[in-house]
Amino acid sequence: MNYHWNWRIFWEPAPNGTGTYLDMLLTGLVLTIETAICAWIIALAFGSVVGVLRTLPSKTASSVSFAYVEFFRNLPLLVQLFVWFFVLPEILPQSWGLWLKQMPNAPFYTAAIGIGLFMSARVAEQTRAGINSLPRGQKLAATALGLTTAQAYRYVLLPMAFRIIMPPLTSEFLSTIKNTSVAITIGLIELTAEARAMQEFSFQVFEAFTAATVLYLLVNIVVVTAMRFLERAIAIPGYITGK
Amino acid sequence: MFANFDFDVIRRSLGYLFFDGMTFTLTLTGLAALGGLIFGTLIALMRLSGFKLLGRIAGLYVDLMRSLPLVLVIFWFYFLVPYLGQWLTGSSRPVRVGAFTSSLVTFIMFEAAYFSEIMRAGIQSISKGQPAAANALGLTYAQTMRYVVLPQAFRNMLPVLLTQTIVLFQDTSLVYVLSIPDFLGAASKVAQRDGRLVEMYLFAAAVYFAISSAASFSVRRLQARISIVR
Repeated sequence: MNYHWNWRIFWEPAPNGTGTYLDMLLTGLVLTIETAICAWIIALAFGSVVGVLRTLPSKTASSVSFAYVEFFRNLPLLVQLFVWFFVLPEILPQSWGLWLKQMPNAPFYTAAIGIGLFMSARVAEQTRAGINSLPRGQKLAATALGLTTAQAYRYVLLPMAFRIIMPPLTSEFLSTIKNTSVAITIGLIELTAEARAMQEFSFQVFEAFTAATVLYLLVNIVVVTAMRFLERAIAIPGYITGK
Repeated sequence: MFANFDFDVIRRSLGYLFFDGMTFTLTLTGLAALGGLIFGTLIALMRLSGFKLLGRIAGLYVDLMRSLPLVLVIFWFYFLVPYLGQWLTGSSRPVRVGAFTSSLVTFIMFEAAYFSEIMRAGIQSISKGQPAAANALGLTYAQTMRYVVLPQAFRNMLPVLLTQTIVLFQDTSLVYVLSIPDFLGAASKVAQRDGRLVEMYLFAAAVYFAISSAASFSVRRLQARISIVR
């Protein structure tokens, strides 16, 4: 292989004046994590509401949430981001569109909201599966005790369901982190984009991508370990939660 | 809001969008699913083979691929494939590789990790008596897999494999980062050339939605039909 390796490249100053190449990658990593956390909050909030709606006896609630999930699941994430970023400001009333276009950090907000809504459909499916996996008796017993539907969900069904779906939620969170890299297409300079920029500035393509790979792996390991602790802390005695 | 919506730009570019763009997308999806399934099955067999080292290597590969974002993997292979080609053919300089080959290699290698997890679950869902019976009949390991285990595993996992293929179909749009004209890339090219972002992106969204929801609807029907077997 006639590729010229240079692992010391990370300590050389980057031409964009923000420090060394390593600093550049770390800035990207921070943005990746920030975007992922914002997106995950949106995904959890919307996803659990939609997932709960799906399990309610009401026909309307269930079909609305079915449509929501189908809509966000059947469009590629890239297309969704393009629609939010390029199409939405054009079809809104002019003054709103202008406000959206002039917003600072528009790629960040678009990515957080777009990826959040995309992932919320998946979270909704997990929530629904978690609630449906509970024995029927739980809901019946809650009703027999005189709890309203809202109380039954709040005190009986959801606390159980969320613990049961902890492992799949962990992998959905990991997907959220990975999906932030799609926002490179709307100009978010996160980890993958920084690695790409480093490759363009320095021509050290494999070093740049290796570093990005290692950073993604580290984030994964940290998340998986943290979630394992969380799962153990909230495990229900007598249940085999997780693997 | 849709007052100056220009339908004509869509009509004018239909040929380019579908004959060039969609053909690329569908060919890539089909070949990557096939290649991913073949390699994925091999990886699953490695992991279940009982040889510690082989299983570890396959496991590491799957974990690595599954913890990296697809966009990064696309970039990796885009730069790596010319060197892989050089190594395989023994030529003196990196081999020039076309856009299609490069993305096909990427998606096969990436999807193999996901398909291998599905096939592993499928193989593990076969009861122990099956391979034991095959063994008692005198079938070799290869024959047991070929005639007894894999056909059943494949059948059981068919809905999941097809769902993964729909995900793959949507993910192929990410070749956009290499400026390759797949369906979305073609739509985006027209959009930028004619300054018609709204029309082209909404049209692309509608097409992706129609194909994916029709496909996932069929998978659900299929699942309902074959799930009563046992």
